[in-house]
Amino acid sequence: MSRTLQAPVTVAFDYTRSTGPVVGRFLTGLRDGVVVGGRTSAGQVVVPPLEFDPVTHEATTEFVEVSSVGTVTSWTWVPEPVKGQPFDRPFAYALVTLDGADVPLLHALDVASPAEVTTGMRVRVRWATDRVGHINDIAGFEPLAPGEAEVTAPAATSEAPVTGVVTTVSLDYNYAASPEESLFYRGLNEGRIMGQRCPTCLKVYVPPRSACPTDGTPTEEEVELSQTGTITTFCIVNVPFLGQKITPPYVSAYVLLDGADIAVLHLILGVPADEVRMGMRVKAVWKPKDEWAYSLENIDHFAPTGDPDAEFDTYKQHL
Amino acid sequence: MRDVAVVGFAQRQMPEFDGSPTCVELLVPVFKELYEQTGWTRRDVGFWCSGSSDYLAGRSFSFVQAVDAIGVIPPVNESHVEMDLAWAMYEAWIKIQTGEVDTALVYAFGKSSAGVLRRTLALQLDPYTMTPLWPDTVSLAGLQARAGIDAGVWDERAMAEVANRSLTDAEKNEYAIRKGGSSVDELLARPMYADPLRKHDCSPVTDGVAALVLAAGDKAREVRERPAWLTGISHYVDPMGMGVRDLTRSPSAQRAGAALDLGGVEVAELHAPFSHQELILRKELGLGDDVLINPSGGALASNPMFSGGGIRVGEAATRIWSGQADKTLAHATSGPALQQNLVCTLSGSIEGKNN
Repeated sequence: MSRTLQAPVTVAFDYTRSTGPVVGRFLTGLRDGVVVGGRTSAGQVVVPPLEFDPVTHEATTEFVEVSSVGTVTSWTWVPEPVKGQPFDRPFAYALVTLDGADVPLLHALDVASPAEVTTGMRVRVRWATDRVGHINDIAGFEPLAPGEAEVTAPAATSEAPVTGVVTTVSLDYNYAASPEESLFYRGLNEGRIMGQRCPTCLKVYVPPRSACPTDGTPTEEEVELSQTGTITTFCIVNVPFLGQKITPPYVSAYVLLDGADIAVLHLILGVPADEVRMGMRVKAVWKPKDEWAYSLENIDHFAPTGDPDAEFDTYKQHL
Repeated sequence: MRDVAVVGFAQRQMPEFDGSPTCVELLVPVFKELYEQTGWTRRDVGFWCSGSSDYLAGRSFSFVQAVDAIGVIPPVNESHVEMDLAWAMYEAWIKIQTGEVDTALVYAFGKSSAGVLRRTLALQLDPYTMTPLWPDTVSLAGLQARAGIDAGVWDERAMAEVANRSLTDAEKNEYAIRKGGSSVDELLARPMYADPLRKHDCSPVTDGVAALVLAAGDKAREVRERPAWLTGISHYVDPMGMGVRDLTRSPSAQRAGAALDLGGVEVAELHAPFSHQELILRKELGLGDDVLINPSGGALASNPMFSGGGIRVGEAATRIWSGQADKTLAHATSGPALQQNLVCTLSGSIEGKNN
């Protein structure tokens, strides 16, 4: 068994960016089936165009249409493509200097083996079927046999200049809890609430952390906590929000479990919201065992025990 | 300028860390080691700075979690860079120069194995024309390696010589995760991976943490008989685009080196995650055959993201402390294909320093 609990996690976000006039001009060109470069103060044609001149720092204003045919100036083989790359089979990345440009453009080259690529070979743009004003409007480059010409892109479906671009970013991780978090979640999966005690300040942390944030010392001693505790502070939630699971009004409270020095945030049920108070004694109410997982949600909520309220002095250090 | 020295160094490196993305479990023992090296407690550290990125392992605000390893009640003077440890050290060096603090502990952590490192690093590229193509780190380095081979600046044999020397030297480094040289011919007989790169031309995916301690003047002398004085530190950056720079060169590394006095350097620890990049760096920094390169094994033996550059500083400092060398050089890189470079010199004395 791994020391830690682990699970796959995907973090994804669609980045929506405005292009500005220079990158916008380049992407508009791709949408229209034309590769556009920018001329620098030194007279070089650069593809994609630079927003600002590298020497004078002036904004690029002179644009040049270049050919969609060019020459490979460097390449590398991609034996194991990763998600999102232009091809899901082995391919080459290449630097291609298009005819009419002075510096190369980075893109993919669709060939079946490294034996089919050489520096200096002639290649042409393969246009994507649906072009929207994005670097992927170029599906990739393909070898150009002698006598073959560039491919004219089918007409674009829009005439408006491209001013924005959406790039989807999605990252897959094998996410690991810390050993201490793993202890906590494994405990919950068995119906127990586990904490750890700092050997320096003797405070009991729940959930346990890898080090006591006060002292920086590892909290190694495991402590099983009581299932009853005291409400130290609370909030009545009246505002609806996206993803809300419970109908307002309801009470979120800090529950200081007996024996712990850090309160846990949880839901209070079994009592009208306006009767919840600081010092109220509550106990954990668990979901049916067959619904348990490695989750704090195994505890459905906390409910009043009916015992007399705790004295303020017993929890005033924990507010 | 105040005289500032590296007086502490600790590291942990491994292929796959079975622990949290915050690496607190690794940082706690590393800090403990540094308290033992310096005789300090955390209260003696005037400034803390860390280097990390949440993209690496997919945990938000991991650097905020990581301060648990310090213990921050009462609060500490702390900062963070989304850069290598060497740049965290640069920030700390400036902080000490301001006179606000006399000491600093800088650290970095990263769990590269949680994701697909070479893919994750596409997020540091131009978001309009590069990231959507997901050009992975190995491919970008491959384009650079080919450019140098085609131009006749280096060849596969020279690359294999770098790998063979690195893997041989790594046998003496307990932290190296890939080690064991053989011969240049044997390495050249191995299959291509990302043509023109073989696997031994590429640094292994490495998890780990590292930390350095800096101290000014007498504070440094109290810790070490022979502090490794930072006699020069400089960093520059090149354009990101692969098309607009000569890939066979690293002008930013050249410029960083030219800002310092590199005469008399005996040992150079170069942060070259790909074999051909060491060849570029040696040339740009003008390091002759009399300079011992990467006796630690360098980044081809292990290269934890965010620590790999700072570890070069630590290795170079260690050789000053021990008296093995009087003057050493450390280099750190960041970005695709040696885009950004930091160079510093470390010396056993502060005569003739060049700040």
